[in-house]
Amino acid sequence: MLYREAGDFKTTYREDNQTFPIKFDRYRYYAVLAVAFLLIPFLINDYWVNAIFLPFLIYSIAAIGLNILVGYCGQVSLGSGGFMAVGAYAVYKLMTAFPDVSIMIHVFLAGAITAGVGVLFGLPSLRIKGFYLAVATLAAQFFLVWIFNRVPWFYNYSASGQINAPEREFFGVAVTGANADSWATYVFCLIILTFCGIVARNLTRGAMGRKWMAIRDMDIAAEIIGVNPLNAKLSAFAISSFFIGISGALFFSVYLGAVEVGEAFGINKSFLILFMIIIGGLGSIFGSFAGAAFLVLLPVLLKNLFVAGLGWQPDLATHLEFMIVGGLIILFLVVEPHGIAQIWRLAKEKLRLWPFPH
Amino acid sequence: MPEQVVFGMEVFLNGLMAGVLYALVALGFVLIYKASGIFNYAQGVMALFSAMTLVGVMNGQVPFSHLINAIFGTEIHHFGWHLPALAGILLTMGIMVILAWLVQKVIFKHLVNQAPIILFMATIGLAYFMEGFGDLMWGGEIKKLDVGIPQGINLWIDETTFNIFDYGFFIDNLDIFATVVAIFLVFALVAFAQYTKQGRAMRAVADDHQAALSVGVSLNFIWVMVWSLAGFVALIAGIMWGTKSGVQFSLSLIALKALPVLMLGGFTSIPGAIVGGLIIGVGEKMFEFLVGPLIGGATENWFAYVLALLFLVFRPQGLFGEKIIERV
Repeated sequence: MLYREAGDFKTTYREDNQTFPIKFDRYRYYAVLAVAFLLIPFLINDYWVNAIFLPFLIYSIAAIGLNILVGYCGQVSLGSGGFMAVGAYAVYKLMTAFPDVSIMIHVFLAGAITAGVGVLFGLPSLRIKGFYLAVATLAAQFFLVWIFNRVPWFYNYSASGQINAPEREFFGVAVTGANADSWATYVFCLIILTFCGIVARNLTRGAMGRKWMAIRDMDIAAEIIGVNPLNAKLSAFAISSFFIGISGALFFSVYLGAVEVGEAFGINKSFLILFMIIIGGLGSIFGSFAGAAFLVLLPVLLKNLFVAGLGWQPDLATHLEFMIVGGLIILFLVVEPHGIAQIWRLAKEKLRLWPFPH
Repeated sequence: MPEQVVFGMEVFLNGLMAGVLYALVALGFVLIYKASGIFNYAQGVMALFSAMTLVGVMNGQVPFSHLINAIFGTEIHHFGWHLPALAGILLTMGIMVILAWLVQKVIFKHLVNQAPIILFMATIGLAYFMEGFGDLMWGGEIKKLDVGIPQGINLWIDETTFNIFDYGFFIDNLDIFATVVAIFLVFALVAFAQYTKQGRAMRAVADDHQAALSVGVSLNFIWVMVWSLAGFVALIAGIMWGTKSGVQFSLSLIALKALPVLMLGGFTSIPGAIVGGLIIGVGEKMFEFLVGPLIGGATENWFAYVLALLFLVFRPQGLFGEKIIERV
């Protein structure tokens, strides 16, 4: 009934090209933003922030980044964990070297540094394709983790080899370190996520996004019709790494506070983010959010159900979780290769016709 | 002869042996990739799963005992019998065949004609699933696997080299055994592919699916067969690695070691897997020995990848791979 284009007249090109052409969608989007910014910060406590909201926000940024590379540009990468580590260590070095500069600037600078590293490891993509490239990005994963473990300069020669986030403020409110309030960390990450989401959404529907998709669908044909594969692929690597770097920076500085690189940014992290975008939907910004939410919520739910509810051993629940995640990946690839985003899209199509399907 | 050179020779030999073990895992990849175009990331987990199953079967463990105990509050763990190694291996082979059939039936039948990268991601999902499944079935603790393979330092080599160089080489009996098995396995596989009806059908499928289908080769059968073969190779690799370092989670990570081997050797070539394995094995041990101390050590994790990456930039299809031709 409400979900219609009908009656919503566009009088300018600007209006015609907006992200949410249907009025209902637009208001829903504003409503979600309003709830996220104005309501949730007043309701949440430490447990909710640390168990659900912060991981969701931070993984969403990483998933958006990886989705740009894998979903839009078709270059499969298994190195996201390594790139997150670059972001984390970059922000650590910046935080400790320039304590007076705002943490927000540091986070974005860390993203920019990661983008540079990403371009470097993206160079082989010009020569090799498909899973050769996927395996090649594993080189980035292992090499980066190794270098952060072995070169003491990166962890400021600390005895434990860990990095610890010092306390930093954003507009006078602590967002990193032990004294940061949970609502402050939430809002800080939310601001960055909102920014990233809007940027990614607009990039992917602009000229750049169309070039990426042309490369994804058939790179040789794209090259023939005038898409420069060098620019398209490397820009995808750069922008994707930029987002992943930001998420790595937040993951370390805001969420964990202290990081041991092999544990926090190992190969499993790369797979986790890849799974998020497969389940959420390849080539969809909404899918990145949906996948991140799904894979953040699933372990929490399972743990509550099996360990707290039925009183099982935690390791049993972990094994089951592995099975369920793996099974879901296969199920989604077989039944719905475009993930939750496609289900969402279909639901919207149905909603458009409802209640008069003919 | 200076000491460093002698040490270097020992490292070289050990590298060769390690390379053979990598090649064993890589063989399983090549088999499946050739016949079905699926790059099977789950190969390492298959090795882990088969080794776990072997241990479980031999010790008479009750499958899913932890789960059953958790649900029904019972206290069962073992059937109370012990199987000899050979019977255990045969039984595990049977289970691997069932697994192959299931994988084909449940997953890849529905993914025919999908992009290779989708298949690849499906095998990552399979790897996760099997990891959880194996742990759930047999328990997640580290297990000891003993099927009677000789282990420990080879005294004969130790003595001989001591007489020549004044320094006894440390070569593990297990590694020698693994090398012999690997050589035997390669010959068996080649013979199978060349001289049996099924092997010929397998090569036909590898060459061209549709042409093979049109002359009456059952794709389904071939794929199940190839997955079973890969399962057997995984079992052998699992036995070797499991005897060496215990059956545990890290066993599944040998898949990650085999990937650069494949990139180097080419995804479609059995000799490539062997040569690639040897190059990687020797390369990473020598690099660790010569350069490792200068830059902090533990280079084995990434050296193989960086080597393969550099190599790929110059020769994208690997050493022995078929030339990649693309058309619009």
